[in-house]
Amino acid sequence: MMPVTKTWIRICQLEDIPVRGARVIRTESGCIALFRTAEQEVFALDDKCPHKSGPLSQGIVHGHSVTCPLHSWLISLETGKALGADRGQVRTIPLKVENGTISVSSEAVQSANIGCVA
Amino acid sequence: MKQKLVIVGNGMAPGRALDLLFETAPEAYEVTIFNAEPRVNYDRIMLSPVLSGEKSFEEIVIHGDGWYIKHGVTLYKGAKVTGIDRAVKSVTAEFSPLATGLAPREPAITVAYDRLIIATGSNAIIIPVPGYKLPGVLTYRDLDDVQAMLLAARSRGKAVVIGGGLLGLEAAAGLKEQGMDVTVVHLMPTLMERQLDPAAGHLLRRAIEARGIRVITRAGTKAIHGAKKVEAVELDNGTMLPADILVMAVGIRPSIEVAKNSGLTVNRGIIVDATMHTSDPDIFALGECVEAEGQVFGLVAPLYDMARVVAAQLTGDAAASFKATATATRLKVTGIQLYSAGDFAEAKDREEIVLRDAARGLYRRVVLKDNRIIGVVMYGDTTDGPWFFDHLKRQTDVADKRETLIFGQSYQVGSPLDPAAAVAVLPDDAEICGCNGVCKGRITGAISGLGLKTLDDVRSHTKASASCGSCTGLVEQLLQAQLGDAYNPASVQPMCACTALGHDEVRRLIVARNLKTIPQLMQELEWTTSCGCAKCRPALNYYLLSTWPGEYVDDSQSRYINERVHANIQKDGTYSVIPRMWGGQTSASELRAIADVIDKFKIPTVKVTGGQRIDMLGVRKEDLPAVWSDLNTAGLVSGHAYAKGLRTVKTCVGTDWCRFGTQDSTGLGVKIEKVMWGSWTPAKVKMAVSGCPRNCAEATCKDVGIICVDSGYDIHFAGAAGLDIKRTEVLGHVETEAEVIEAIAALTQLYREQGRYLERIYKWAKRVGLETIRQQIMNEPDRRRVLYDRFVFSQTFAQQDPWAERVAGKDAHEFMPLADFRLYEDAQ
Repeated sequence: MMPVTKTWIRICQLEDIPVRGARVIRTESGCIALFRTAEQEVFALDDKCPHKSGPLSQGIVHGHSVTCPLHSWLISLETGKALGADRGQVRTIPLKVENGTISVSSEAVQSANIGCVA
Repeated sequence: MKQKLVIVGNGMAPGRALDLLFETAPEAYEVTIFNAEPRVNYDRIMLSPVLSGEKSFEEIVIHGDGWYIKHGVTLYKGAKVTGIDRAVKSVTAEFSPLATGLAPREPAITVAYDRLIIATGSNAIIIPVPGYKLPGVLTYRDLDDVQAMLLAARSRGKAVVIGGGLLGLEAAAGLKEQGMDVTVVHLMPTLMERQLDPAAGHLLRRAIEARGIRVITRAGTKAIHGAKKVEAVELDNGTMLPADILVMAVGIRPSIEVAKNSGLTVNRGIIVDATMHTSDPDIFALGECVEAEGQVFGLVAPLYDMARVVAAQLTGDAAASFKATATATRLKVTGIQLYSAGDFAEAKDREEIVLRDAARGLYRRVVLKDNRIIGVVMYGDTTDGPWFFDHLKRQTDVADKRETLIFGQSYQVGSPLDPAAAVAVLPDDAEICGCNGVCKGRITGAISGLGLKTLDDVRSHTKASASCGSCTGLVEQLLQAQLGDAYNPASVQPMCACTALGHDEVRRLIVARNLKTIPQLMQELEWTTSCGCAKCRPALNYYLLSTWPGEYVDDSQSRYINERVHANIQKDGTYSVIPRMWGGQTSASELRAIADVIDKFKIPTVKVTGGQRIDMLGVRKEDLPAVWSDLNTAGLVSGHAYAKGLRTVKTCVGTDWCRFGTQDSTGLGVKIEKVMWGSWTPAKVKMAVSGCPRNCAEATCKDVGIICVDSGYDIHFAGAAGLDIKRTEVLGHVETEAEVIEAIAALTQLYREQGRYLERIYKWAKRVGLETIRQQIMNEPDRRRVLYDRFVFSQTFAQQDPWAERVAGKDAHEFMPLADFRLYEDAQ
């Protein structure tokens, strides 16, 4: 059953996330990381590295990627895929930014299926 | 079934024979080696650099344990062969007691052989003067000797070296380098008289004396005095030389005991024929233990040639044969260039050409007979040594070159050549590496045939320059000549994929171009990425922070997570918290506060660290500020266990409690920690203070370590005990606590200014040179003071407890989620 219209949940203002940084939202079943790049773009991923579940929100953000704090896997913020020689992918979360307000898809918030530690 | 090959001895000669054997016939033999030394095969030529501290033992290992496993070789370490039963073809060895003092698992073992190689090497000659058995009388033969010397050198007392030959002088220079007061006693009128003529011997003596080593020639040793150990050496003329150690380096004697007892023919050495067979057709001998053509051998080149013959014979090449040829000698003392080969005694039918340049300390003498070079001695500039040696070995007629011969190769085609061109005109069979007998053609063939690009490539494929290293320049010139610009020995490793610049270049440009922020730096230095990467950003942040103290604003998003949140991330995303315990001391109230925090925040694991502190593991990120708040209340601050900065200052209890303590080591440790904490450095820094040389605080494997002694404090640095294990180097000795603190703060500042990000002190010191560091910190008081002042200035901005700042609200966003939909769901 395909949803016809996406429902969005307002999360925060752009300024609430540090530039080249990330913050998390907690859900019943895990965390989602919201990243803000140097170019003021925003991306959302499950906060769980495909390698050993490291919290990506704690990594260093550079360009359109983040380096996992546990074993330095490089993950694309756009696709959630591991870059370089590593193989793996983390789920990307649909979001939108309107007038500096960031919202994420409500399904995602309700279906994140990971352990959250932040 | 494979043939059984047993080797008695694990030195360089049999090691080389096996290398060659495995190259041509890896499956032919099942190999067993007995090594009387409890270790793997190492480069004995390089013991002098180990003694002087320029190399570590690990760097001179030829075959590591892995090599033996890879080739299926059974190596019995610490196994001394006691008998060969030639009738049943077996060898029996006894195991020496283990280093641990425990008895070996089995006392003896017997192994059968089809072919046997005896490579027992040689023993140092001991002059049996009265007192020669006293503790403190050492020889200079193997790593055990070097370790004994290094141990003795720590007292920085007096050393007497008997013997002014190659080994004696290398030992003397090494001991001097280790801080001892050294005297060389030599029986003959000039040093190294077997390799040098009197003129070169005189220049050498001047150079040795210029290093602060005393030289006494024409002096015999009468007796060694001492009650329980060596205390003094008495010379023939009655002179008494005080000595804490005595090194006998008067020569070597082939070790033939085992061969002799088994009935093989021996004379001075084990007699072999040109095929390296002993008097028993199933037994070879090679190395320093053999006598061939009436000669015994001590330099590596002929020994490696013997190895070639043995390997060829073992694979069925009956024609392979050994012929003794002239060998060249070099002294391996840094800063002294010395080269000699052949025969240079004066005689009626000989002529000589001599070049002297007193101002440059240059001396050359070429001895000719019938217009052919038969000997050469060079002092000062020895780059032409191999060229002369080549003429000597070939016995070329040099009549047409006589006018310019002494000036060397560069002058042979009219005008001086640049060095690369000089090596380019050498014939293909000119020897480049004397140690390993590698000629030019073999090297150039390997470079083109195998596509070699670096010195290390050439070393691993041809062995050229892989032993004593004195031909390294020539090999590099061959690479240069063949690869042109593609060979770049000084090629800089870029910091990361974002730039072509190396760490040092970036540090230099930060100062030169006055770069003060990361975006400005990336703009000016043309970074290829928009905002760097996880490798360069933390490095740049550190470089800017350490270059512009008080001015640069730390970029927390360019910090690794641990430094950003001042705790250590764990595998499950929780954190560990380690408060500072000054000098490893704590109190009831601190322990009570820690216990309360553990209960209150349900911290699952509490552990004592190796740095004498307490680690609370499994703290949730959101709890960190509250945990810190409670710890702060009890006076506990961040231990920076997460930082590229000062970690711990480990101490023992010193004079406060210990009956052996010589100084207040705990108190000094606390003072050091109070001065050093909070400083950001290229990589972590661990320190320790031991109250006496028993060294209970394990200070000699730290980045900086202090050993207290009665007369003051020995400052050590550049140790490691992680991925690499390395004992510290001595920085120097000072008399007061204040000097200790000034010296280590200055040392740390020098490291902060020169170190590459993530480069530990021992790696930095190795890169820039221990001596340059010692010079600046210990011998130039003004320089030390300037560095100290800069350190103290930067500390005025660094010494704020990061935990207290965050308890007060700094970076609150780091510890709080944006939203919590668990509450949202609950609210539904």
